[in-house]
Amino acid sequence: MENRITELFIKKDKQILSIYFTAGYPELNDTKTIISTLEKHGADLIEVGMPFSDPVADGIVIQKSSEAALENGMTIHLLFEQLKEIRKHVSVPLILMGYLNPVMQFGIENFCKKCSEIGIDGTIIPDLPLEVYESEYKAIFETYSLSNIFLITPQTSDERIRKIDRLSSGFIYMVSSSSTTGAKEAVDQEQIAYFERIDKMCLRSKRLIGFGISDNRTFQRACSYSNGAIIGSAFITAITGDGEVENKVSQFMKKFDS
Amino acid sequence: MNYQSDENGYYGSFGGAFIPEMMHQNIDQLQNSYIDIIESKSFKDEFKLLLQDYAGRPSPLYYSDRLSDQYKTHIYLKREDLNHTGSHKINNTIGQILLAKRLGKTRIIAETGAGQHGVATATVCARAGLECIVYMGAVDVARQSPNVEKMKMLGAEVRAVQSGSKTLKDATNEAIRDWINNPVDTHYIIGSAVGPHPYPDMVARFQSVISEEIREQLKAKVGRETPDYVIACVGGGSNAAGSFYHFLNEPSVKLVAVEAAGKGVNTGESAATTQLGKPGILHGSRSLLMQTSDGQVVEPYSISAGLDYPGIGPMHANLYTTQRGQFLSATDTEALEAALYLSQKEGIIPALESAHALAALNKIEFKPDDIVVVNVSGRGDKDMETFLKYFQTVK
Ligand SMILES: Cc1ncc(COP(=O)(O)O)c(C=O)c1O
Repeated sequence: MENRITELFIKKDKQILSIYFTAGYPELNDTKTIISTLEKHGADLIEVGMPFSDPVADGIVIQKSSEAALENGMTIHLLFEQLKEIRKHVSVPLILMGYLNPVMQFGIENFCKKCSEIGIDGTIIPDLPLEVYESEYKAIFETYSLSNIFLITPQTSDERIRKIDRLSSGFIYMVSSSSTTGAKEAVDQEQIAYFERIDKMCLRSKRLIGFGISDNRTFQRACSYSNGAIIGSAFITAITGDGEVENKVSQFMKKFDS
Repeated sequence: MNYQSDENGYYGSFGGAFIPEMMHQNIDQLQNSYIDIIESKSFKDEFKLLLQDYAGRPSPLYYSDRLSDQYKTHIYLKREDLNHTGSHKINNTIGQILLAKRLGKTRIIAETGAGQHGVATATVCARAGLECIVYMGAVDVARQSPNVEKMKMLGAEVRAVQSGSKTLKDATNEAIRDWINNPVDTHYIIGSAVGPHPYPDMVARFQSVISEEIREQLKAKVGRETPDYVIACVGGGSNAAGSFYHFLNEPSVKLVAVEAAGKGVNTGESAATTQLGKPGILHGSRSLLMQTSDGQVVEPYSISAGLDYPGIGPMHANLYTTQRGQFLSATDTEALEAALYLSQKEGIIPALESAHALAALNKIEFKPDDIVVVNVSGRGDKDMETFLKYFQTVK
């Protein structure tokens, strides 16, 4: 079966809007509603966060949503249960994002198998280093046609970016600045130089920019240097607080109707 | 069998560097340069001189008549409590600050539990004229307040961490986040033998002066370099790593690591990682980790802030799994009693962490001619409030 992320980029390679949310937040059983509503309102890609107790790459917003999700009782087992029939309802590419330890405890092979049964297209595991992926996990991921997405940052050397480009299927996740998630936007000279440097490398992989993208303006700006952008913390903040989750998701997505 | 790390930072199946890409540049730089730097002559000379003239090394190896009498064997205390700043932590911070300077870093961050590592870091930063920010769990800020005051006096900024269990694990998370946000000018001085490669090996090397001295001192005192037992407490494992280091590959030396059992290993309020943990990944390395079946890290508990951590360094995970090390645990109460005993029999008030190592003396059958070295990793000044509270409740 073709990977939906690959198919997406064949159909559309500009202005890709990818949304991250933490599974089990704000309520334990909001997962399917959030996914369906996001698709309905034009999200091109959805990243479903698997909460972890110690999310070191995340800023305060995702830390809090992860903590709440775990308190609500979210686990990888439960998430797979919730997503069991998701492919009857949506066709948007789905990516699971989370830290290595819970995935390891679930069992890597078992995890990949489950993903493939359900129709998950990719994973983002920030603390799974490239080298370990290459030597230990790549073959398993490929068996289950899962794209593992790698991050690059302003610190990543050209040589390493080339290597990541070779190993990537799906896309490259460009972290917009040296920061944890939810950083305040500040598109400065340095950042633009970084975006332009990467743009000029003519990589084979598509690129999405994430971290610090919060509204249509920052989204558009990121899109001018890449194939699209990823919104996480700003979306979580938007679905926090009173009101139906479906309404809050719709409200947020309306900002991106162009 | 070699119990040191290999060149990729693995001790058996434990160790490695499981870090987000945002840390790659810094970790890669450290991995590629740490051996060259710390093995260079100029570094070695400077490190040695500072250990001697600034930290006050060598720390004495003191023969304890009264403990020896009590346990019917020969007990020596390695007096890391007499170091400048009151614990073994200064050995590592002196090494790392010299390294940071050579890497051109201008801003230092650290995590701390008991505050000993925070004080030791603030101390070397003051001397080096570098900005210093110490992350400390809010619970620990409260229970180790003398050390918080010291760090402030030394010019460091102490940031109380409010997430999770508000202890050492959470302070470490926050320090890692700081480094991710400040990759260029900042060096992270990790305080224990944990973290991604090369930290466990680097910290162990800086602490290895403890066992190097034990060998020389024993040789001078009893004519042989190797004891029968070396006993040390384990939080993340730096004082134990340093005490064991030069004995790792000498099977005649029994290496005893003592973890904090808290209120009891099976009470749900414990930090005895080898008994309660499984292989897992936290703070950048694969080691033993207290966690749920779903892979969420379990909040540990110990009365001792320095041992209140849900993991152990990869060297120790390997010593445990290969049975090269013997892992014991001591409860809060056993540690408090051991601290009181040493205070009243030897006039030495140990840190609560070190008291766990002393408590293990009750759990081992020694032979009369055994030579036993207990590492007294620190002094108890910082724990006076906890001690007093305990003695009020038992009296
Ligand atoms: C005096 C003392 N001993 C031991 C420890 C535990 O750390 P480690 O296991 O790294 O030696 C600490 C930590 O704060 C400490 O202050």
